[in-house]
Amino acid sequence: MTHAQEQSAVVTQAEAPHRRRHVLDLDDFSRDEITALLDSAEAMRELLSRSIKKAPSLRGKVVLTLFLEPSTRTRVSFEQAGKMLSADVINISGSGSSAEKGESLLNTALTLQAMQADLIVIRSPHSGAPYFLARNLQRMGVVNAGDGRHAHPTQALLDLMTMRHHIGELEGKRVVIVGDVLHSRVARSDVFGLQALGASVVLCGPPTLIPLDLLRSGEGESLPDVSVEHDLDRAMEDADAVIALRIQQERQGAGMLPSMREYTRRWQVTEARYRRAKPGALLMHPGPMNEGVEIASSLAHGPGSQIEEQVTNGVAVRMALLYQLLTGGQEEAAE
Amino acid sequence: MAEGRLILTGEEMRRALTRIAHEIVESNKGLEGLTLVGIRRRGVPLARRIADAIASFEDASVPVGALDINLYRDDLTSRPQPLVRPTEMPSGIEGKAVVLVDDVLFTGRTTRAALNALMDLGRPRIVQLAVLVDRGHHEIPIRADYVGKNVPTSLDEIVEVRVSEIDGVEEVGIVERTKAVST
Repeated sequence: MTHAQEQSAVVTQAEAPHRRRHVLDLDDFSRDEITALLDSAEAMRELLSRSIKKAPSLRGKVVLTLFLEPSTRTRVSFEQAGKMLSADVINISGSGSSAEKGESLLNTALTLQAMQADLIVIRSPHSGAPYFLARNLQRMGVVNAGDGRHAHPTQALLDLMTMRHHIGELEGKRVVIVGDVLHSRVARSDVFGLQALGASVVLCGPPTLIPLDLLRSGEGESLPDVSVEHDLDRAMEDADAVIALRIQQERQGAGMLPSMREYTRRWQVTEARYRRAKPGALLMHPGPMNEGVEIASSLAHGPGSQIEEQVTNGVAVRMALLYQLLTGGQEEAAE
Repeated sequence: MAEGRLILTGEEMRRALTRIAHEIVESNKGLEGLTLVGIRRRGVPLARRIADAIASFEDASVPVGALDINLYRDDLTSRPQPLVRPTEMPSGIEGKAVVLVDDVLFTGRTTRAALNALMDLGRPRIVQLAVLVDRGHHEIPIRADYVGKNVPTSLDEIVEVRVSEIDGVEEVGIVERTKAVST
């Protein structure tokens, strides 16, 4: 039995979360809502391990994925998740769609809503695009699969699931996020999720790539459980988990990054640095990985690495999320 | 302690489950290939009770599994969302004699969902159904092979099976729909 299952045995059906239609970021998720979702994801993982990976709960539901930026794992993960629960999943990419003819995002979405789709999963290079759709769509739910450098809530959920599965409840655990935090939507959502579950977060990387707004709440108060440590050797002390971020060369402005060589020397997660963490500390990376830059190859494929498990958990977490969004009584009058 | 009208005390529950245990072994001519599968939530402790009873007189143990049927419900869009829990099958069900165990047989829709969930896990040789209480009002052609007690009920009533692991007591009661506390 895993830690998470042990814990979930205690949780009863008492928490009946309000009915959520959109998932835009984790900043409006309570600890209870995240915990219920992760419990449900553990059940989905069991379904994923069967020889017949299919359950009928989303039969007759239509899920669209609209990806306006390249992606393999996130798009396929959503598609898998929907199909395993028997939803019909339709994939739309930027090229080849009427976005190329200059149709606005809203008009594309309204057209898709008129075709009676139930949910749209959107990846956009523009921060805030999913929020804009959520405000303007009356019937269709919106899931943010990554918007610009802003948020990537399902990646954060799969990170939380992976950590909780292996090291138990995250209250009081020390999680290091190292690399290009500034351009990372994963890091932002991870910080919100880890905060909600009571973990303490250490942000590490070149000073130019650590956004100081992440240290404060929306009201401008400093968050007690988020700190910055530019020295990775010190940051790694006693860590329970380390998330290495991808260096996003495509989003890099001039002068933000020292040379790649210097970056690798100072902020790569190496064997020696890994030994400073707690024994058996989890090594994670949202992918795609620049192997030998953010993380040493021997570690990326070593026993502490959760990188492949993160991918599996991604499908489970997205199944739980789709189930959560697309089933349950319809209290709200839709029209 | 008892909410509403009591229909089985803890002692009566134990006797009914012991009788069901004997009936299961008798009708399957032994324990060969036998697997008990409890339907979450309260079917699981009841399946364990039956397995314990079998162990006490047969001197051998029967595997017990737990089946979550929430992904197979036919009312997923019309009622509050149930929490999905993991299905656990200690030994496969391929070619086995599976006895599904549930607390109450009512409309039969839970059993229908359980059968679909079970078939997605493999192909058992035979599937039987054991319930502690059959309260009538079946809406689909499903009947139980082993019944603890047949209880005539009205549709305004809810039969509540309480087990010590979940509810802290062992008993079965009937409550009016408006006063019901658990599902």
